[in-house]
Amino acid sequence: MTEGAHDMGGARGFGCVRPEPNEPPFHAEWERRAFALTLAMAMPGGWNIDMSRAARENRPPQDYLCKSYYEIWLAGLERLMVERGLVERDEIEAGRALHPPLPGKARLSPEGVAQVLYRGAPTGREPKAPARFKVGDRVRARTFSPPTHTRLPRYVRGHAGVVELVHGCHVFPDSNALGAGEDPQWLYTVCFDGAELWGAGADPTAKVSVDAWDSYLEPA
Amino acid sequence: MTHDHDHDDEHSELSETQLRVRALETILTEKGYVDPAALDLLIETYEKKVGPRNGARVVAKAWTDPAYRAWLLEDANAAIASVGYAGRQGEHMVVLENTPSRHNMVVCTLCSCYPWPVLGLPPIWYKSAPYRSRAVADPRGVLRDFGVELPAATEIRVWDSTSEVRYLVLPMRPEGSAGWSEEKLADLVTRNSMIGTGVPKRPEELA
Repeated sequence: MTEGAHDMGGARGFGCVRPEPNEPPFHAEWERRAFALTLAMAMPGGWNIDMSRAARENRPPQDYLCKSYYEIWLAGLERLMVERGLVERDEIEAGRALHPPLPGKARLSPEGVAQVLYRGAPTGREPKAPARFKVGDRVRARTFSPPTHTRLPRYVRGHAGVVELVHGCHVFPDSNALGAGEDPQWLYTVCFDGAELWGAGADPTAKVSVDAWDSYLEPA
Repeated sequence: MTHDHDHDDEHSELSETQLRVRALETILTEKGYVDPAALDLLIETYEKKVGPRNGARVVAKAWTDPAYRAWLLEDANAAIASVGYAGRQGEHMVVLENTPSRHNMVVCTLCSCYPWPVLGLPPIWYKSAPYRSRAVADPRGVLRDFGVELPAATEIRVWDSTSEVRYLVLPMRPEGSAGWSEEKLADLVTRNSMIGTGVPKRPEELA
């Protein structure tokens, strides 16, 4: 969701960063299981990473901000499963299976774990046309507010920067999240001066980049 | 987002979540969608095997081997895979070299994108609202939260991980570590120094 609370860059008032000394990977047993369930359910679920992100982020700001990280993962997982009929709401509330499983779903086996993790899910795709921009080109992030998932943060929209890296063609999250196809597009790292983003008072030594797909950009 | 560790184990909220997750696992196991042994293995992988020690080995190798360093900066995926690290959430790696004039810092303002194969799972602060909101607008202020003060003239280059490209910072090798083995150098490389919110330990800090 384009106006979701997850899009935090530049927001004020959240206070200091508080690192935790010797932090463990998980802080409770349920976090371990929620993490593993989320990874494992992608196989029978068949969703992609952009669908997962959209399922976590597309919720009221007060809900997003009040949940802990793995509570958001859990809520996202429940939503993805319910949407596909893998599990129904009444089962989640009852805490037990009430309906038969969907047939023909693959299951991640212990033997398959290493391979699934090693393979990952690369998003690079063969280009069908040359890149529109090259390193050093000045570009502007478009001003837009789609009602659906996007990966162009609000804080760069409308601002001009310089192409610093060209990454090849990558799956376009805005369409992939909707199940509307991969629509691979050229992906660029675009670097912005601090003053361009934050105004005259910005730290003159700070620069910020985002990775932006071709359709997020226009020549500047 | 709230911090998980703000919750106390006795809180009913946590117990409810614990029960909810346990019930969900039972449902999914009964339906045949998940194998609990696979879940155990996933957890063990990221709790015991994959963590910042991987990235530290990559950094230490780059510090001692100029050809490897050049390869790492040119083709991070291949160079990192050559020491055995690859896969999920590290499919498209780029390594960013810190220099006396430029300090790199990595954030994901939209969620929690992080290079798992070399750093493991992200710490809570990396996923938290304070870091995600402020890293792009006030990076020096954020560095101060970590006790890091850089020279005023140093450029701070913040990389917001908005795509599936994952960034790893190659920090500067500390003075006084000449002639050290890769294994010993890796002890100087902290997780935060590879995110850009810290610098490596000094040799005298190693016990």
